[in-house]
Amino acid sequence: MTTRRRFLQGAGAIVLYFNAPPSVRAQQATETDLPGSLAANPGLGTWLRIDADGTVTLSPGKCELGQGIQTALAQIAAEELDVSFERVTVATVDTAVSPNEAYTNGSRSVEVSGAAVRAAAAEVRAILIDLAADELGVGSTKIGVRNGIFTVAGKPSTLDFGAVVKNLNLARNATGTVSPKPRDRYQIVGHSLQRIDIPRKAYAEAAYIQDIRLDGMLHARVVRTGDCEAKLLPPANFDAVSELPGVVKIVRNGSFLAVITEREEQAVNAAKAMARLCRWQGAELPLQEGRISAWLKKAPADVKVVAERGAIGAGNILRTVSQEYSRPFQAHASMSPSMAIAREAEGQLTVWSHTQGVFMLRGAIARLVGLDEDSVRLINAEAAGCYGHNGADDAAADAALIAMQMPGKPIRLQWSRADEFLGEPYGSAMTTRISAGLDDAGRIVDWQFDVWSGTHSIRPAGAKRAAHLFAARQIAVPLPLAPVGNIPQPRGGGDRNAVPLYAFANQRITKHLIRDMPLRVSAMRALGAYTNVFAIESFMDELARAQGEDPFDFRIRYLHDQRAIGVLGRLREQMAAAGFDSVQAPGGVGIAMAQYKNSGAYCAVAMRVKVDAASGDIKLEHALCAVDIGLVVNPDGAINQVEGGIIQSASWTVREQLRLTASGVRSTDWASYPILTFPEVPKVEVVLIDQPNEPSLGAGEASQGPTAAAIANAVANATGVRVRDLPLTPARVKSA
Amino acid sequence: MTISLNVNDKIVQLEVDPDTPLLYVLRNDLELNGPKFGCGVAQCGACTVLVDGRPQRSCVMPVAAVAGRSIVTLEGLGSREHPHPLQTAFIKEQAMQCGYCSNGMMMTAAALLAKNKRPTEDDIRTALRGNLCRCGAHGRIVRAVSEAARNGHDGDTS
Repeated sequence: MTTRRRFLQGAGAIVLYFNAPPSVRAQQATETDLPGSLAANPGLGTWLRIDADGTVTLSPGKCELGQGIQTALAQIAAEELDVSFERVTVATVDTAVSPNEAYTNGSRSVEVSGAAVRAAAAEVRAILIDLAADELGVGSTKIGVRNGIFTVAGKPSTLDFGAVVKNLNLARNATGTVSPKPRDRYQIVGHSLQRIDIPRKAYAEAAYIQDIRLDGMLHARVVRTGDCEAKLLPPANFDAVSELPGVVKIVRNGSFLAVITEREEQAVNAAKAMARLCRWQGAELPLQEGRISAWLKKAPADVKVVAERGAIGAGNILRTVSQEYSRPFQAHASMSPSMAIAREAEGQLTVWSHTQGVFMLRGAIARLVGLDEDSVRLINAEAAGCYGHNGADDAAADAALIAMQMPGKPIRLQWSRADEFLGEPYGSAMTTRISAGLDDAGRIVDWQFDVWSGTHSIRPAGAKRAAHLFAARQIAVPLPLAPVGNIPQPRGGGDRNAVPLYAFANQRITKHLIRDMPLRVSAMRALGAYTNVFAIESFMDELARAQGEDPFDFRIRYLHDQRAIGVLGRLREQMAAAGFDSVQAPGGVGIAMAQYKNSGAYCAVAMRVKVDAASGDIKLEHALCAVDIGLVVNPDGAINQVEGGIIQSASWTVREQLRLTASGVRSTDWASYPILTFPEVPKVEVVLIDQPNEPSLGAGEASQGPTAAAIANAVANATGVRVRDLPLTPARVKSA
Repeated sequence: MTISLNVNDKIVQLEVDPDTPLLYVLRNDLELNGPKFGCGVAQCGACTVLVDGRPQRSCVMPVAAVAGRSIVTLEGLGSREHPHPLQTAFIKEQAMQCGYCSNGMMMTAAALLAKNKRPTEDDIRTALRGNLCRCGAHGRIVRAVSEAARNGHDGDTS
């Protein structure tokens, strides 16, 4: 097994270098002073390697999920090092070598990993300059860098990075004493460089975990229902299956059941044959489709006031308005059903996974299979976009369990499309209720918000949370389940964005956390923010329209945050330029705005719709969006993320709900869980507000909530019909 | 049984169950990366290949049914050295996020462009209606196909 030490030794031109060079010979910073993920991973050599040919290898701990993070981080590294972007390659995340950056989630990668890369690269550049100074016999203050070549008093020297790496030792901790480049000198950051992963995908080169083919690899499928607590009833005799072509082994551990075959299609056939022989005992679902909100509000819950201002009821309340808004269970529905490859050899287990967190998953899998964490290595490889906690980790655990039964053989475990729809942890169903107290001038003086939700995080984060893995519930001795929790404020889980950005005199925000949900639920893009922003921004629109007020002006009256006001103003300009009707005029335009997590990106969305009165069908015509994500590393990459967020959220909002029966989930494919298709998606135009002096904020989840409310508000404006339950199906539009 | 396939203008002989879905033969036996497993039930389009110039779902196509017919995968469409206009356009327009659906998009679009050298945006959306994208790159994909059409696609996808 490769250790971090061996990775560093493998870097080649590294010798011991005992004396820190002068420009970094300042006092050691304490670890917590270091920016972003550098605090927990201060070793410079963990992040960067420079080879004798002058190429740079960046090794971050954040996973590429199709969001373009490798490109953005490479831009930051190239900028600080003053090398051309083309010279930087980005290593895949691997527990053997990478910094531990926990999960790639929450739209925080550019923020925390970017800050670490920036500081580490700036410091490495200073070290390189000191080495060049020694080599050239010139003071380091006279030395600069241009395209990886050292300059002396502004003129190119004969030395490049490659020429000094023989003396470079990055096996040392960052000091945090080197200032990064001033932003006004940026030449790479802030530019729409093409993503480094796209050519290999366009040319069908090896790009995905699916493209890894190991010698002697065997294929495996699991046999299960969607209920991880269902028990496999005896007698399950699979002798007939063992006789099928290519069957190598049937793996059974309690109710965990899988088959290993020589070829993939043999695994598919054998798994189908086994499924026909299985009888399962599981509980009926206690809730019914269409009555989820009623169930949520009655379920046992931990109730907690998460934010309070002033005193409820203290204002001069003339009347109170209340409404409820809800969302069903929804699926991540990644294009690639989850898979993993695992190999056990001499007590060491290696797992290739499209997880969002290799270090966290390593601990969980080690616990599941009974190995020390040091004996398990997790290597990340890309799959299709996951949009949160989908089946990736569960499939990796399945592969690990199977591989432990087949020592020496690489096992490729592939979930079917139905396995993914039935086995992935869903986005929790949620219900919210808002009550606003209005004074005699129609102003909101009192605001009560209640949100009922399951958890939004059961990630198998290390050994202690291994029990959340699907297979951990199935094995003969299931791992003890720790109680699920909620991500606390200010980020929040189910209560993410439940606290309004608007300044109301008196407000109380209450969350009702339902720990025991009838379906397995976890993090799905934007978490509770999707529903809470849908609710708040729908309700604000209802209040504005009821009073005959412009929805822009009505919102701005309660906003103090200039950047929030800024995205609304920019959106208003976009609407005028695009020829949208005024949002106040009867038509088909709706707007909404939020700051993701109340601490991230600001995003305002306008949607223009047409509604077919006879069918109730919503035609999404055109979306406009203004976003403020602070300093933008790659504008086109950020726009791509926001465009995609709008279309995915639009699909959730008008189409998506998990279909349920008493026996469980009946959405098993794209026919029973339809998403928006090419003729149905709106045209989307996104503008970024330039904020070069503000910290970078993630773009990936900002548009989910505003898009939902903008659509509902547009439908209300077009038809006079207000739909408060997602999705906005034709039946609901017609009957509301 | 032995089956003879013509894949990307190469003839290959395989000893394989005739019912094996073409997708598994292409990915596992021929080690091609282009066609992707997305659903296995012909609903998403990620596995699309051209069979005699027509877009087909390789995940439900028994390999015996395409013996002797011309099969083109994304690898056969073009490469880094000799890119197809669609590949060039998908890179130029950055027409993907995760890119898992891109194979199906490009293969379906290649068949469209062979029949219709100047498709409208509606033509493209209609042609791609059976290809799912979960990341929401639809607008970019439509732009890339238009761009490829403008850049002198020769219509030869056989």
